[in-house]
Amino acid sequence: MLSYIAKRFAISISILFAVSVAVYLIFAFLPFDPAALTCGKNCNDPGIIEANRVRLGYDKPVWEQYWIFLSGLFVGRSFGEGAALIECPAPSLGYSFHEHSCVTNSILEALPVTMSLAIGALIMWLLIGVGLGVLAARFRGRFPDIGSTIFVLIGTSLPTFLTGLLLLVFVVVKWRILPYPSGNYTPLTENILAWLNTMILPWITLAFAYAALYTRFVRSSVIETSSEDFIRTARAKGLSEKVVLRKHTLRAALAPLATMAGLDFAGLLGGAILTETVFNLPGLGRLSLGAVRDYDLPIIVATTILAAAIVIFMNFVVDILYAWIDPRIRVNA
Amino acid sequence: MSLLEVSNLRVEFPTLDGIVTAVDGISFKVEKGETLAIVGESGCGKSVSNLALMGLLPKRGSKVSGSAKFYLGPDTNELINLPEEKIQKIRGNRISMIFQDPMSSLHPFFTIGDQLIEAHQIHNSVNKEESTRKAIELLKKVGISEPELRMKSFPHQFSGGMRQRVMIAMALINQPELLIADEPTTALDVTVQAQILKLLKDLQQEMQMAIILISHDLGVVAGAADRVNVMYAGKLVETAKVNDLFAKPMMPYTSGLLASIPKPDSEVNRLSVIPGQPPSLLNVPKGCAFHPRCSFLDRVIGGPNLCKEKEPELIEKESGHFARCHLESHVVLKK
Amino acid sequence: MNLLEIKNLTKEFNAPGSGIFSRKKRIVHAVSDVSLKLAQGETLGLVGESGCGKSTLGRTLLKLYEPTSGKIIYSGQDITDFSPREMKPLRKEMQIIFQDPYSSLNPRHTVGEIVGASLRIHRKGAKTSEKLEIQQLMERVGLNPEHINRYPHEFSGGQRQRIGIARAIALRPKFIVCDEPVSALDVSIQAQVINLLDDLKRDFGLSYIFIAHNLSVVQHISDRVAVMYLGKVVEVAKTSDLYTRSKHPYTRALLSAIPIPDPEKERSREQILLQGEIPSSTNPPSGCVFNTRCWKAQDKCRTLEPKLAQIGSNEVACHFPEE
Repeated sequence: MLSYIAKRFAISISILFAVSVAVYLIFAFLPFDPAALTCGKNCNDPGIIEANRVRLGYDKPVWEQYWIFLSGLFVGRSFGEGAALIECPAPSLGYSFHEHSCVTNSILEALPVTMSLAIGALIMWLLIGVGLGVLAARFRGRFPDIGSTIFVLIGTSLPTFLTGLLLLVFVVVKWRILPYPSGNYTPLTENILAWLNTMILPWITLAFAYAALYTRFVRSSVIETSSEDFIRTARAKGLSEKVVLRKHTLRAALAPLATMAGLDFAGLLGGAILTETVFNLPGLGRLSLGAVRDYDLPIIVATTILAAAIVIFMNFVVDILYAWIDPRIRVNA
Repeated sequence: MSLLEVSNLRVEFPTLDGIVTAVDGISFKVEKGETLAIVGESGCGKSVSNLALMGLLPKRGSKVSGSAKFYLGPDTNELINLPEEKIQKIRGNRISMIFQDPMSSLHPFFTIGDQLIEAHQIHNSVNKEESTRKAIELLKKVGISEPELRMKSFPHQFSGGMRQRVMIAMALINQPELLIADEPTTALDVTVQAQILKLLKDLQQEMQMAIILISHDLGVVAGAADRVNVMYAGKLVETAKVNDLFAKPMMPYTSGLLASIPKPDSEVNRLSVIPGQPPSLLNVPKGCAFHPRCSFLDRVIGGPNLCKEKEPELIEKESGHFARCHLESHVVLKK
Repeated sequence: MNLLEIKNLTKEFNAPGSGIFSRKKRIVHAVSDVSLKLAQGETLGLVGESGCGKSTLGRTLLKLYEPTSGKIIYSGQDITDFSPREMKPLRKEMQIIFQDPYSSLNPRHTVGEIVGASLRIHRKGAKTSEKLEIQQLMERVGLNPEHINRYPHEFSGGQRQRIGIARAIALRPKFIVCDEPVSALDVSIQAQVINLLDDLKRDFGLSYIFIAHNLSVVQHISDRVAVMYLGKVVEVAKTSDLYTRSKHPYTRALLSAIPIPDPEKERSREQILLQGEIPSSTNPPSGCVFNTRCWKAQDKCRTLEPKLAQIGSNEVACHFPEE
C-alpha cells in the first residue's frame, strides 16, 4: 500500500508541475500586453507602462519569467526597487495592481468563504443524496421512489443560478426569513449565527443540483448491488435485511461515491462562480470572475493554477481512499 | 421421521406476459444424513424451489404456497412463508446454502476471516476470539493450508476452487442439519470438482448432515446421491434410489437424459437426443408437459391422446420408485 | 500434406498491473512452444482446464491474435506473418464457432444479417439468391427458414448456437475452430448440437479443432486429442488410445476426475485426486509444468522440461510416463 501511495504522489506532483507550465505559457502568449493592463483603463502614459513592465518582470524571456514565478512560491518575490518596492512573502503568486495587494493575500481572504460553501454543500448533498437514494431503492416503485424521481428531475433541470434567485426571491424578499446578502462574510469563528445566515441559502442552492444527481446514482447503485451474488450469500447466512443493507450492500454500492464526491468537491473549491455571484459571497469564484472582467492577469493565472492543483490533489486523495475501500484495487507485490 | 417434508410446494412469478409457474406443486422428503439430488435442466424449477425453502425469493415478486416441515428434535418448523425474523434464525444456522459461482458469492471488500467470523457471530453469542478460533478450524477442515494467514486474505486473492472451499466452510461453521448445494461444482475445473465433491462427502460423513444437491450433471449425481428427484417444467417427474434410477429409468425424460450423455467407453456414433427443447413456463403443454418431445407415445395404453389430454400422477411404479408417466412399469425405457 | 501445421507456437500477453513503474513485467504465458498437426478431414480435440491455453491457441492459429513466436503453416503456406489483407482471402476457409451463444451474436442484427455477413464480405452475389442460400443454411442447421428476420434474443441458447454454426459454414470453409461450442448449453441440447456438428463434418468434408473442457464430449467427436496444461501440450494420441492407454500423469488424473453416470461404476472405482491448485500462468513452474501437482515428480522433473516424444501409440511430454 505504501508504495502505491508513493507512486500516486510522485505522479501528482509531476502533473501539477506540467499544468503550471502549461497555464503559464498559455497566458504568456496571449495577444495583449500584461504591463499595459496594470495601470487601469484610462492610463496611456507609456512611461508608467514601461516602468511596470520592468517591475513585474514582463520584459524578461518567458522561461525566465516562469522560473521567477516558480521560485516565488518558495522564497517570496519582490517587485521593483527603492521607493517602488513591493514585497510579497512566500508563497508568492504575484502582485495585483488592481487589488493593490499580493495575490496570495487576495486568495487567502477568499479561500475560507469558498471552503465553507463547498464543505457545507458537500455534507448537505451527501446526506440528502444517500438518504433519498437508499429510500428510493428500498421502496422501489412505491411512493418514496416516485417522490425521489420528481426531486431528481427538478434538481437536474433547474440551473444553479435560477435556484439561487428563486430562493432569494422567496426566502429573503417575500417571506423575509433571512436577511439580504450583504456581500460581507462573517467567518464561522466569529459569529456562528451570522455565518449560518449567510451560508444557508448558498448551501441549498449548490446542494440541490448535486443531491439530485447523487440520489439517482445511489438509487441505481443500490438496486444493482442488491442483486449481486454476495448479497444473496449474506442473506443465506441469516443476516437481517437491515444489516445486509447497511453493512454489505451500502459498502459496495457507495464505494464509487468516494471518487464522484471527491472530484465534484474539487471542482467546487476552484470557485462556485454562479452561486457566489447570486449571493454576493467574496469567494474564489467571485475573485476569478472579477479578475477576468478587469484583465487582472496575475490573479487569473494564480486562480487557474490553484484550481488545477486542488483537482490534482483531490484526485490523489480519492485514489488512496478508493484503494482503502476496495481491496481489489491495491496492487499486490 | 424425516428431516424435511415438502408438500405441494408451488412458486409463481407474476410477469408482464402472465403468471409463470416456476414450481408446480412438488412434494418430497429428505432423511437425516442422506444426499438427495435434484436433477433437471435450466428452467425446471430446481433452484427456485430451494430458494423458496430458504425464503430467499424476493417477497414482492413471488408467490409461494404449500408446506415444508423442518423437524429439529422436538420442534417442527413450517418454513414456507415463515416470518423473516424466524427464518433468519434458521438460515446459515440449521439450514445452509452454497451457490454455483464462487467467484461472485463472496463480498469483495471484506476479508475471508471477517466473513467467516460474521457467519458464526450471527447465530452464537460468543466473543470474537471464539468465532475466530472456529473459523480457523473450519478452514483447516475444508483443506485450506495456512489458515491463520488466509483469514486476512481477500476473496479476489483466491482461485475458484479455494473460494468454494471458503463458501463450504462458511456454510458449515454452525453445523447445520441440512446443506443445500446449488450446482456447487458447475463453475469449477473437473479436477477441482473431484476434490470438492470428495470434500463434501467426507464432511457429510463427519457431521452427519443431509445434503440437497442440485445439479444438471448426471455423473456427479451418480457418485454423490442416495436418492434422486428429476424435475421437468416445474414438476417432479421421477424419484428413486440412485441405483434404481440409473438402472431402470421409468420416465422417458430421464431415460432420454441418460442416453444423451456422451460416455467415455461407449462405441455409439450418434448421440441419442431428446428432440425439441424444454417448454416456456408461460406456455406449458396440456396433459403431460413432456409429451411433445416423447418418443414413447404409441407405447401407452390409451394411446397418445391420453398423454396429450391427461396429466399423469406421480405413481409408485416399483418399491420406492415413483414416476409421472402413463406408461406401464414393465416398458423398458433404457437403451 | 497436412491442412494445418503449428510449430513451436508461443503466445504471451502482458499481465494487467504491469505498468510503467513496476519493477518486473508480468507476462501471461498463455501458449508455450506448442507443435501440432491437423490433417484434412480430421477432428483434433483440445482439452484442458482453466489457464491451459486451449482457447488462446485456437484463436492464435486463426491469427485472431498475433503469435509471439513460432510458425503457422496452412495448406503448405507459412501464414505466421501474414497481414490482415493477406489473411482476408484465407478467412473464407478457416472459421470459428464461439462458446457463448448469448454474447457472440450481435443483438442488433437479424439472423439473415448475421449468417449473410460472410457471404457479403467475400462475394458479391445478388441479394435474392443470397436470401435463398441463407435460408438453406438455416434449414441445414435445424432452424426454421421463416425466422430469417428475427433477432437473436428471440431464440433459445441452442438455437443461437445453431445460428453461429450456420454463419461459420456459410462459405464452405475447410476447417472450423469450435471453441467450447456446447459448454453453455443444457445437456439435452448439447447432444443435438454435437450430432449436428458431426453431420456437417461428413456432408461438407470439414476438419475441426474442437476445444472443450468436457472430456466425454471431446472423445465423442474427435479423431485425435491433445491434452494441454498451463500452456503446454502434454499428450497427443488417437482418441481411443488416449482413453484406454494414456501415458501422462495429468491425462490420467483428468480422466479419473470425470464423473461416470453409473452409480456402481462411479462409486467403486479408484479416483486420482490431485493436490493443490493450478499454478498461475504468470509464474509457471520450472522444468515440467505439472511437477507441482504430480505424484511422481522427482528432481529431474523440477529442473528439466520434458519434450513431446512418441512413446508407443501416444506422444507424451513426461520423464516418467505411465505404462
